[in-house]
Amino acid sequence: MKDHSELSAIFNADEQRVNWHDETLWWIRQKRDKAVNTLPEWELLRENASQIKQHTLSNLSAYLEQFEAKALANGVKVHWAANAAEHNEIVLSILKGNGINRMVKSKSMLTEECHLNTFLENNGIEVIDSDLGERIVQLAKEPPSHIVLPCIHKKKEEIGELFHEHLDTPAGEADPQVLTEAARQDLRNVFLTRRAALTGVNFAVAETGEIMICTNEGNADMGAHLADIHLASMGIEKIIPQRRHLGIFLRLLARSATGQPITTYSSHFRTPRLGQQMHIILVDNGRSQQLGRDHFRNALKCIRCGACMNTCPVYRKSGGHSYQYTISGPIGSILAPNLDMKKHADLPFASTLCGSCTNVCPVKIDIHNQLYQWRQELVGAGYVDAKKKWAMKAMSFLFAHPSLFAWVGKVGRRLMMIGPYLFNNKLNPWYHQREMPRAAKQSFREWYKQRAKNNG
Amino acid sequence: MMTVGLFVPCYVDQFYPKAAIATLELLEKLGVKVNFPERQTCCGQPMANSGFAHLTQACDELFTENFADFDYIICPSGSCALHLKDHLHSSKYPEKAKQIQAKIYELVEFLVDILKVQDLKARFPHKVGLHQSCHGLRGLKLAQMSELVAPAFSKPLQLLHMVEALEMVTLSRKDECCGFGGTFCVTEEAVSVKMGKDRVADHIANGATYITGVDLSCLMHMEGILKRQGSGVQVIHIAEILNAS
Repeated sequence: MKDHSELSAIFNADEQRVNWHDETLWWIRQKRDKAVNTLPEWELLRENASQIKQHTLSNLSAYLEQFEAKALANGVKVHWAANAAEHNEIVLSILKGNGINRMVKSKSMLTEECHLNTFLENNGIEVIDSDLGERIVQLAKEPPSHIVLPCIHKKKEEIGELFHEHLDTPAGEADPQVLTEAARQDLRNVFLTRRAALTGVNFAVAETGEIMICTNEGNADMGAHLADIHLASMGIEKIIPQRRHLGIFLRLLARSATGQPITTYSSHFRTPRLGQQMHIILVDNGRSQQLGRDHFRNALKCIRCGACMNTCPVYRKSGGHSYQYTISGPIGSILAPNLDMKKHADLPFASTLCGSCTNVCPVKIDIHNQLYQWRQELVGAGYVDAKKKWAMKAMSFLFAHPSLFAWVGKVGRRLMMIGPYLFNNKLNPWYHQREMPRAAKQSFREWYKQRAKNNG
Repeated sequence: MMTVGLFVPCYVDQFYPKAAIATLELLEKLGVKVNFPERQTCCGQPMANSGFAHLTQACDELFTENFADFDYIICPSGSCALHLKDHLHSSKYPEKAKQIQAKIYELVEFLVDILKVQDLKARFPHKVGLHQSCHGLRGLKLAQMSELVAPAFSKPLQLLHMVEALEMVTLSRKDECCGFGGTFCVTEEAVSVKMGKDRVADHIANGATYITGVDLSCLMHMEGILKRQGSGVQVIHIAEILNAS
């Protein structure tokens, strides 16, 4: 399997495309900057949100039970899933129990994490994603490359080709408005004919048992309002204690995500309509384990805004698919190893630790510190390249012996001067696209000694 | 009188002695008596950032022995200073290591916050772009960070504005990472180089003939790219500008 570095190199083979990808996401970072700077209390909002999440995570079981009791009282069926497999089975059994073999689904990163679509398709259930970006990647048979902007890696011309193939738009049509209208007409028919709709959950309020779903397209509402059965899948970390806390989180979410003051639709769902079934599936899938990891617990504060991806220069210049996890970018890199350290051992190293992610995070997750800490954990557990391990051992030996360090430095610099080809070759990844630094004739310590001597 | 120890990062010692010499001369010009403990090597960051913090013990002990007795420890690198501030640990002298963490200063930080430098006798008649190295910026908070909603300030610019005939250029992305990132620069070579190329292009497009900063690691990476491109734009450590006449 190729790792992040190898996949990034492939992504970088087309530099114009990297520039386009980088500039598109940087533009969103700039929109975010503009939006947050209209709120003088921005940093206070972040701090409040972070502390509310801290409190909630510290009392998670109590809030989950409170939520369940309220939801049951509201007439909602509540299901608990320990992992992805249980979640998928619950969805399947609800659908089968109601004789349903077609479902519409709005954006839910959790169902991506659980690979629900593949599971349902293998069990004879057709799933259509109703979020425009999700629909596009679904037609392209690709995973999303960004949690908020699933098809940000695709150019409008490529989307035009997909729609020509699947939705009968004219060949060569790449006008975003025309393509969006085509998707809209196609999805309208889907909404009207599907008896079951699955949605994600942005926030679940413990005191009322209601869930809140944020979309810009109204597709979650269309699905849930027209279907006989509304299924909502949520990670257990989506809980907030009180409804009034939404006044903080909603102000942070859309500004961080896209620079909008609020999502176009911010919908509350509390009780099923008359004759409708409403199911909420509470999913753990590794979250309890993460809660038990001291250094990494507060990654569960994440509200999935994607701001850390938009600001991350590595993400912008390597593309979401190079991370090979449902959630890409900095936040994905600290969440993925929790589920499978071996498989995702490359991700915490796909960062320069620049810290921009931590600064934009609306709930103040110390992402770059956790990346550093995951590196220690991964090396400690042995998920490290043997060559790297020996290089590090040699380096630490050298730095522990000052005279040896001075001598090796001197010999090394001499070698660089008399035999530059020893360093300037293709075995040296530095030299591939960069010149080596020039070796100084005299190191600082040599100069310092000489100066002392000259001064008597 | 305060005692000051100079910590010169390992690669600066070997490849960029001019920056260390400028640091020393500048401090001496400002009336500081500087000591350079000769048994110093490295801060341990190359190992720690690669996930091998457990291998930095000997390095940490050596650093603690070398620098424990100074009132201030000054380092012409934001990244090395931050690493020591955050991670220096000694089993032999735990208290001394802790004290060092509070006494270590990146050069610019020391000039602005401790020496409170008001004017410099320096002249550098060139167009200069400032590269905000991430660890100095977001770790040591040498300047305000573009992500936050907070008042602007910049310690490096405060000093550079004292330099005669120097013209600062404005960048389109004022504090984006250059992609050096320690071992990242070779393990993630493609992205590292692309990030560096884009940073360099921003400086060039805005007319810089010199790129400066508080960290030679970033500058070394950008220099490698500039040289490969055959560009005449040069990199220079901020100490060399502040010490220029």
